[in-house]
Amino acid sequence: MTLTITKIAEDLAAGRCSSREVVDDLLARIKAHRALNAFISVDEEAARRDASAADRARGAGGGGILAGVPIAHKDIFCTSGVKTTCGSRMLADFVPPYDATVVQKMKAAGCVMVGKTNMDEFAMGSSNETSFFGPVRNPWDRDRVPGGSSGGSAAAVAARLVPAATGTDTGGSIRQPAALCGITGLKPSYGRVSRYGLIAFASSLDQAGPMAQTAADCAHLLSAMAGFDERDATSLDVPVPDYAAALGTDLKGLRIGVVKEHFAQGVEPAILDVLREALREYERQGAVLVDVSLPNSSHAVPCYYVLAPAEASSNLARYDGVRYGFRAAEYRDLEDMYKKTRSEGFGPEVKRRIMIGTYALSAGYYDAYYLKALKLRRLIADDFARAFERCDVLAGPASPSTAFALGAKNTDPVSMYLNDIFTIPVNLAGLPAISMPAGFVGGLPVGMQLIGRYLDEARLLNAAHRFQEATDWHARVPAGI
Amino acid sequence: MEWETVIGLEVHAQLKTKSKIFSGAPTAYGAAPNTQANVVDAALPGVLPVLNGEAARMAARFGLAVGATVHKRSVFARKNYFYPDLPKGYQISQYEQPIVERGRLEITTASGEKVIGITRAHLEEDAGKSLHEDMGGFTGIDLNRAGTPLLEIVSEPDMRSAAEAVAYLKTLHTLVRYLDICDGNMQEGSFRCDANVSVRPLGETRLGTRAELKNINSFRFVERAIEYEVRRQIALLSSGGQVRQETRLYDSARDETRSMRSKEEANDYRYFPDPDLPTLVLTDAFLAEVKETMPELPDAKRRRFCAQYGLSAYDAGVLTASRELARYYEEAVEAAAVEPKLVANWVTGELAARLNEEGLDIASAKVTAQALAGLVRRVADGTVSGKTAKDVFEAMWAGEGSADAIIASRGLRQISDDSAIEEVVRQVIEANPKQLAQYRAGEEKVFTFFVGQTMKASRGKANPAKVNEILKRLLAP
Repeated sequence: MTLTITKIAEDLAAGRCSSREVVDDLLARIKAHRALNAFISVDEEAARRDASAADRARGAGGGGILAGVPIAHKDIFCTSGVKTTCGSRMLADFVPPYDATVVQKMKAAGCVMVGKTNMDEFAMGSSNETSFFGPVRNPWDRDRVPGGSSGGSAAAVAARLVPAATGTDTGGSIRQPAALCGITGLKPSYGRVSRYGLIAFASSLDQAGPMAQTAADCAHLLSAMAGFDERDATSLDVPVPDYAAALGTDLKGLRIGVVKEHFAQGVEPAILDVLREALREYERQGAVLVDVSLPNSSHAVPCYYVLAPAEASSNLARYDGVRYGFRAAEYRDLEDMYKKTRSEGFGPEVKRRIMIGTYALSAGYYDAYYLKALKLRRLIADDFARAFERCDVLAGPASPSTAFALGAKNTDPVSMYLNDIFTIPVNLAGLPAISMPAGFVGGLPVGMQLIGRYLDEARLLNAAHRFQEATDWHARVPAGI
Repeated sequence: MEWETVIGLEVHAQLKTKSKIFSGAPTAYGAAPNTQANVVDAALPGVLPVLNGEAARMAARFGLAVGATVHKRSVFARKNYFYPDLPKGYQISQYEQPIVERGRLEITTASGEKVIGITRAHLEEDAGKSLHEDMGGFTGIDLNRAGTPLLEIVSEPDMRSAAEAVAYLKTLHTLVRYLDICDGNMQEGSFRCDANVSVRPLGETRLGTRAELKNINSFRFVERAIEYEVRRQIALLSSGGQVRQETRLYDSARDETRSMRSKEEANDYRYFPDPDLPTLVLTDAFLAEVKETMPELPDAKRRRFCAQYGLSAYDAGVLTASRELARYYEEAVEAAAVEPKLVANWVTGELAARLNEEGLDIASAKVTAQALAGLVRRVADGTVSGKTAKDVFEAMWAGEGSADAIIASRGLRQISDDSAIEEVVRQVIEANPKQLAQYRAGEEKVFTFFVGQTMKASRGKANPAKVNEILKRLLAP
């Protein structure tokens, strides 16, 4: 079945269906596929009400392509009056009094929110298994993980429960689940999309982005999400292009850098075969392949696992049981309240990262860990800058493996962390990157990652779109969906 | 053994911005708990700080005023620790790269002038308050103060006595109010001070182990706390003991300092650059504008008062103690158009005494600068004597009207007409032949008797200078 924004918008415009009918249908599908556990909360009443309101508004004329289009938000975005858990017991009953900027903007574009998607606790995980609300199942194989941390959003789109969902990406949390679930997901340049109302994991790396079936849909979504926000001092005050309008440029002469280190040991050989075939499609369209190297990218994972936990250890200090969220039932004194609240409110992966981060920032270790990681971050960014002197986009796998079995890696944090080996360097450099379906291995989707220059989202979206015009990997539907 | 005291001060000055440093919420003092705090102040999930540019402007103004380097690039850092009134679990401050470094402040004490170094001044946010009273055994949290901008001003350990510390603090207090960046209200905590105190044998160049004194929020407490602490440390060292590096709380009721926490118990704050806030960049144009709009500083004003009004250094110092008092004086001088020294005498004399008695500041003076000028003018032109003028001033203070109105209604106009005074003097001489004989026999002290009698007869209105002159002439044999 085709469930794209483009198709829904056409149907709505032609009067073939109403937003209310689309939403009713999707709410039924969400119910039918509850076993995927893709959603943490679904507000049927509000979704139906908003869909009807969108229909009335469209009747009165006006509204863009997103008007009346149902979407889901990752449960990391604050939604006014709607429970926002961040996948954690700590915020299991937290109802924000305000909307994240991304939520506000999607609302303003006319999107109808049907629910909040499941995720790894505080976005810390690559399998969606750290969620307090249980793991999400991959629609292609229910015994496998959807990837993480935006696993709920990826599974929901892959299972055609919604045409699109928002995600966030700190070290690969949009691209890796997009790859494992066979959908398209874009991590924009750092600063492109406001972080206001996005519950922070690692502030210098977090970025919100769209997840959908197609690059064209991602383009529409990004145009609506992106832009300067005076409430986020790290958001960029530069104009937002019409990304959809830039689609359709031919790829003649596009220089695609093939990253040596990404086509190497540690990646399933069958995945590399799929990617080489995808690159041949690009060559057929006139693109030129260039060999490039990112020599420092091997340092990216350790660098990231110092910086991200360091920031997280500070960002998560506010969950102290004093003002909102979970508070332990019994405690002797203030310190005991802190200890019990945080011991009981956070899951093991979150605690592990808080401890790593606290250690890395401690007196006597700061220089050896935090400062050194900052220097590495610089070197990793320099690698990209050099590579982009010779090419326009970089290509490689989004993940070293296809979806792995539930429980396969959650006892070994390091093997879990290595899942993000190709996505993490991009966050460290603040660059945009897209993951899109490039084929299948053993019946499971394979994602190809395209990395762009800073603020060059339009080129990435166009390159992915041209690929999707020539292939149908992105249109494949899991069995039973 | 002789001991030398070494003191460095850390002052937290609340900046007078209308809104908070990172949240846009208002900074009003004394409002109902949690009414001046928004989602950013409460550190709800997902919120972000955005710098209030006014705070940076005020910090830059301070930096320029103390001749410091105002850095074009400074960095906000997170100071991490848990406390219920610290909503984010960290305080946004500046650590390795503060906005202001290496300034100086000149102070004057009984032993002369001295320059105190200012190590640095950095921007940070205030915490909320924990409330323990009327909470039924619970602790309440009021976040109204959370996020109020502070400028932390750190001095070099350049002070050698409690008196110097107080002088520095007072000079700084005057300066921040002159700069209009802090209201200086110590009671409300807008101007707070911690003191690092150590002692060492006289002649020793290395610093002794210091104690940090907290909770010393008045000039008097600063002096007493430091004096107590110096006595304590000297007694400890003299008896073979050692000073521990620790934080000590001053208890004003008992006039003593008590240990709060030792160095070992101190937090590891895990400072790191705040990833939510870009490097603070001040452009040349911004700094030029700050420089251009800099008000006249206390030192410059004092020197100008000496030169322009012919005042003594002492008078000029008193009159420039606050910008408001200096403005009052200059308004009075302009309105009176008489010898400025005469105006100074009235402002530092009668007016200051009255304000002091009633515990008022110059803004609440019941005699305006213009009204006072009206009175001083009448003294200068001889309409009333200085003595009578004091009664007129009291009446003005009591709200009886202008100097001229009071002089007229009470008939206080001084008699300066020679013939009128001569008439009175003749009557006095005629009525006292015995004293006249004594005077003419050489008893000169009888002269004052005649002066007194003449003044009495004129009901105090005769011009004393003229009375003297005429008496001398008519008493002469």
